[in-house]
Amino acid sequence: MGVVVEVRSVSKVYASERGPVNALQKFSMTVEEGDFVAIVGPSGCGKTTLLWGLTGLHPFTGGEALMLGTPMQRPRKDIGIIFQQANLLPWRTLLQNIMFPLEIMREDLSNYRERVKGLIASVQLDGFENHFPRELSGGMQQRASIARALSFDPKILLMDEPFGALDAYTRDEMDTLILGIWKQTRKTIAFVTHRIEEAVYLANTVYVMTPRPGTNSAVFQIDLPRPRPEGITMDRKYFEIVAEIKRKIVSDVEEQKRQGLYSSQAYSTVT
Amino acid sequence: MDQYDKELEEKVPEFEGHAGPASHGALDISATVTAVQIHGWKQVLGILAVAVLVIGGWELAVRLTKVPEFVFPTPSAIAVAMVTNMPTVYPHFFITLAELAAGYVIGAAIGLFMAAVLTQVPYIEKVITPYILLLVTTPTIALVPLLMLRMGFNIWPRIIAVALSVGPMVMINATTGFRRTDLAKIALAKSYGATTFQIFRKIRFPLALPMINVGLLVGGIFGLITAVASDMFGGKFGLGNRISYYSSLARMASFFAVILLVSLIGISIWIIMAAVGKKWASWQE
Repeated sequence: MGVVVEVRSVSKVYASERGPVNALQKFSMTVEEGDFVAIVGPSGCGKTTLLWGLTGLHPFTGGEALMLGTPMQRPRKDIGIIFQQANLLPWRTLLQNIMFPLEIMREDLSNYRERVKGLIASVQLDGFENHFPRELSGGMQQRASIARALSFDPKILLMDEPFGALDAYTRDEMDTLILGIWKQTRKTIAFVTHRIEEAVYLANTVYVMTPRPGTNSAVFQIDLPRPRPEGITMDRKYFEIVAEIKRKIVSDVEEQKRQGLYSSQAYSTVT
Repeated sequence: MDQYDKELEEKVPEFEGHAGPASHGALDISATVTAVQIHGWKQVLGILAVAVLVIGGWELAVRLTKVPEFVFPTPSAIAVAMVTNMPTVYPHFFITLAELAAGYVIGAAIGLFMAAVLTQVPYIEKVITPYILLLVTTPTIALVPLLMLRMGFNIWPRIIAVALSVGPMVMINATTGFRRTDLAKIALAKSYGATTFQIFRKIRFPLALPMINVGLLVGGIFGLITAVASDMFGGKFGLGNRISYYSSLARMASFFAVILLVSLIGISIWIIMAAVGKKWASWQE
């Protein structure tokens, strides 16, 4: 098992009307092949910026990210992304939506029929192939977007708070689903979330980011059994890890407040 | 380079803000494309009852008051005129239809193409827009006498007039459609390595289709008006010419029969575009 994601002190400065905004500052991270890594931090700390940088959609302004050994410069076929919202195309059926990346990549769709069929089954959407997104619930839409991200068999999956828009019950279901898919496909997953409970439940390693500008605060190795036993979220050890990470984030915010740096505004200017 | 590249590079798109019918172009009558939906026999019955009431009332009122036919004809007289006059009117019907069809195809094609190209370059779009507005607001019908002077009393000045009234309508609505860009969906396509052309074909064009549909409908109606009106200017053919002819002879039943033919064309345009809209815009609800 080698390192497949190597983030070397990346930074991102956005241009804004009120001057440059430091969204991300010298953040580093390594992810092993087949690993499940979560990134947490207070809102506005640049988690999403980091992930968008890793996708190649928003190039970093400093540092570099090696994905599968080569620098990330533009979107690539070996990396799949799952966004905050399912973002399905409303004029396409579920099946057409899942095939969309393959169409863009000009793949021969007939080679993928079986694969896509299996994917639809694994996200429990069999029988809904010809439904339009508006006929599906939010959870079903997000499941379809997972199948879409997997359709072209990327090696790395990047997830940007994928279940943030769902209700609590559906979210728990999705967490279980994603663990199942991870176990089955052995993809490398980098998962951004603001829910620490979710991060601890899902990941092997949790990276904590400081408030804006986001940078490394701490790394936690989650020492919980795999596969996650039933009722693990009621377990004392689980709670202790969650509490420890929460304390770390709170103390980071306190520290920044003491230094007069902290602003609850997501886009505060840095002079 | 795509104008949205830069925007996309600088900010994470809003996922909540979906590309609804947020921005409206001039003459957006999208509501009328979907307004009439027939649900069940009760509604059909109601619509028929109104027709019977209006036509029957009209017939009765004209007969009771003994208004002569050259002032105001009865519906039955119009129906008779429609049937008996058919042989003499239908060549004119096909001429007007041909003017409309040819002008429409030319105008709509140019309008669509211009909208697709101009929205790629915001600067040119801004520079051109006032002139398009000028074309939309100027009754192109006023150009017909000039065109006839240069080209003669044939079908060409009329086709050009129709194209000139259809083109800007299609263009202005299609432009609104193409501007309706959903950054989140573009980001999605880009994350799979989509080219600018793929983004246009697979995201921006389908997103624009509902507004293109509206443009094609408004353009069709404007084209019909222009075709009939330019028939009236000169040359002894076309439905517009028949309208002036029958009214000058005070043959009001025939006059109304021709008007009915014109509105039949208009209704057909509406029905076709509503059907097209069902295919193109049904995802919008």
